[in-house]
Amino acid sequence: MDLDFDVVSLPDVDHVEAGDTAPDFTRPLVTDEFWEDASLDDLVDEGPVLLVFTTMNGAFPATYTWNELRDRDWEADYDVSVVGVTISDPYDTIELIRDRGIDYPVFSDPQNGVAAEYGVVHDLDGMTGVTEPRPSVFLLDADRTVEYAWVAEEWPDFPPYDEIEDVLPTA
Amino acid sequence: MTDDPPITLYRLQACPFCERVVRVLESYDLDYRSRFVEPLHSRRNVIQRESGKRTAPAIVDESTGVTMSESANIVEYLHATYGDERAATDGGEPGGAA
Repeated sequence: MDLDFDVVSLPDVDHVEAGDTAPDFTRPLVTDEFWEDASLDDLVDEGPVLLVFTTMNGAFPATYTWNELRDRDWEADYDVSVVGVTISDPYDTIELIRDRGIDYPVFSDPQNGVAAEYGVVHDLDGMTGVTEPRPSVFLLDADRTVEYAWVAEEWPDFPPYDEIEDVLPTA
Repeated sequence: MTDDPPITLYRLQACPFCERVVRVLESYDLDYRSRFVEPLHSRRNVIQRESGKRTAPAIVDESTGVTMSESANIVEYLHATYGDERAATDGGEPGGAA
């Protein structure tokens, strides 16, 4: 964006970094047809995972991010599974998956506990009592080792898609 | 998934027929996974594919190869397959374990 004012900076946070072991967690994992409890380990057992934290469904950063990830279709060219995390509930998230036309499953975490474990909590100004993840992306290998991490530093901020694509494992 | 439980229950949140099945599953300490579907029948293709119907609850029991809907049928099946009545129905009498 080319704006004639400074975009709001987010404060420094102590988040999960490259080289760390990402915390495991279990939450309802929403697909286009149903949701069921699943753990992150269930997913990394199948191969590298790109864990994408977005704003709540409906906010434009989530919409733009999922549109971009849908269009890039990384799973076709790289050895990676794209998986989302949102505070939106499963009913809303199943709609998101249909509306965005994405094949990616999304963890529904209304209490934002996963973001807390990853150190990427964003307390929303003007929405008292509501926190969501700060937009962030973590590439995890089969041991949940973080190969790459990006965490938003501005509000809004979008994943550096080209930079991420450069570090994705080739199929 | 790691350690996939053999039983999958397709359920609807707050559906009394589904809770009835859950109660029986829990009474026999059966390991099962819950797949929640949406209230609209048109949104239940996954159940349609599994069971041939769009009604919840439905269960898939991979340990016996049984797929079933209708809570009364499911409860009867669970009692016959995993309950104390098992000995009485193992002989294969009509209406016993499917």
